[in-house]
Amino acid sequence: MLFNIVATVIFISIMVFFGYAGYKRTKNASDFNIAGRQIHPFIMALSYGATFISTSAIVGFGGNAGLFGLSLLWLTFLNIFVGVFIAFVCFGKRTRQMGHNLDSHTFPELLGLRYQSKFIQGFSALIIFLFMPVYAAAVLKGGVGFLATQFGIDFNVALFFFVIIIALYVSMGGLKGVMYSGAFQGVVMFVGMLALIIFVYAKVGGVTAGHKALTDLMDNTSVQEQVKKLVGNGFQGWTKMPVFNSPYWWSVVTSIVMGVGIGVLAQPQLVVRFMTVKSNRELNRAVVSGGVFILFMTGVAFVIGALSNVLLFRDTGKIALVAANGVIDDIIPLFIKTYLPEWFGTLFLLTLLSAAMSTLSSQYHVVGTSIGRDIFEKSLKIKGDPVIITRVGIVISILFSAFLAWLGNQLKTDIGLIAQATTVFFGLCATAFLPSYIGALYFRNVSRKAAIWSIVSGFTTSFIWIFFIHGKNASTIGLCQALFGKAHLLAGTGLASLAQVDSVMITFPLSMLVFAIVALLTRKSVDKSHVDKCFEGI
Amino acid sequence: MVLGIPDFWIWSAYLLSVGSALLCVIYGLINWNRDGGEQ
Repeated sequence: MLFNIVATVIFISIMVFFGYAGYKRTKNASDFNIAGRQIHPFIMALSYGATFISTSAIVGFGGNAGLFGLSLLWLTFLNIFVGVFIAFVCFGKRTRQMGHNLDSHTFPELLGLRYQSKFIQGFSALIIFLFMPVYAAAVLKGGVGFLATQFGIDFNVALFFFVIIIALYVSMGGLKGVMYSGAFQGVVMFVGMLALIIFVYAKVGGVTAGHKALTDLMDNTSVQEQVKKLVGNGFQGWTKMPVFNSPYWWSVVTSIVMGVGIGVLAQPQLVVRFMTVKSNRELNRAVVSGGVFILFMTGVAFVIGALSNVLLFRDTGKIALVAANGVIDDIIPLFIKTYLPEWFGTLFLLTLLSAAMSTLSSQYHVVGTSIGRDIFEKSLKIKGDPVIITRVGIVISILFSAFLAWLGNQLKTDIGLIAQATTVFFGLCATAFLPSYIGALYFRNVSRKAAIWSIVSGFTTSFIWIFFIHGKNASTIGLCQALFGKAHLLAGTGLASLAQVDSVMITFPLSMLVFAIVALLTRKSVDKSHVDKCFEGI
Repeated sequence: MVLGIPDFWIWSAYLLSVGSALLCVIYGLINWNRDGGEQ
């Protein structure tokens, strides 16, 4: 315990130091918002990866792998191929150049200036301000929950200290402080996950032997008894995909794999990273460490989550979900506590702290700039020091997400709340922003109206699907039950099976279609000279 | 059966994950000094 406390205090001191270093090097709004466009590619890549991967990926989705098995590796593939390769090569370079051409500091500002629309900038910032705290609360719940377990302290006490520390170094150091500390946290995460995968594969007898033991679990009669209820939902084992068209198949393929896999391209806190480097060469170099980093984050978390079944069943006679009393979010913490030596528990604690803090600091920074830069300074034209307004915005978003995390902890739910809140935000971003973002970077003749229609219709349909139609989300949120007296609007109708499909599969294609149709109808209203300026050097 | 995994859809995801990380490394190394010609 003493070792845990000393290591954590040293770790937090380093974070505060990076916040101070960022503070000393922040001279103006450009420094605070986009780190002065001078960030080193290695720092950019690690900071991008550490922001992308949070406790949600390790604890939330890792716990889901304890239930769904290695089928989640499709998300790892998309995380690397779409989230790093496509994001950096196809989106990052154009975003950096266009952001530079328009001198945009934020993702909403990039869209707003590209389409010459204050509404787009303000509305996009409002979506971020209202919904980013939901994702932040999921990350907070994962980090604080593990912290409370490790130190044996109350969840609310851990939550209080955690948000104070993050508030300090984000509001002080701006994006420079966030990225310096993010890179350091990325190194800690990489070391922790590398040690974890070596340790676990050694413990199960190697790669092939471990996977085979996981496959063979399904031949055991005791396991068959424990998974009887899961089989009814389409479960076939931890090394097989769920049955096609079963509830589990829809959950894995549409919510977890597609929702997060596509949604990553339109994450405001990741897009802004592309604007922090001085040339496309830095992005080429960042791809190298970015791809390997993500493989060792989600790849390891999902393999560990699945293999936890082998070790837990061998020693306790229970599969992971049963051993964790049916709480998906408790599977990874239980596994770490049961199997890893105390010194490794400390390393993993720092890994999770890093994962949580790097993501949270970026989320809060983005919400802060959405309020300070996009809404107050640019949309409402309110005069004042934008950095101070941004800092106030950061504090508001921290309090909002801390309240949601506290609320989430009160629910004591067994549905894997961390991963669920994450997929909601990723899906919402994909639907609302991605069509306009692709249009902004690749199509010269798309009009402001096309972007506005796509963003508004995408957000509206996504909101309706999440809150009132998607069975799992609607029943968790409870608004549909309160207003209409049933868990979701399709309950008891002939279309009830449609409630299994995640919103991103319906609303994202719809948003793309709206964008394409309105763009075709209004292409004559495009300002050619402005478009030439946007695409200069692209 | 590849790497102890019987289902094609699972072992292909495993190999694609490793393969895409390798793709990132190869792409980055090939283009290490390109596109830097510093606004």
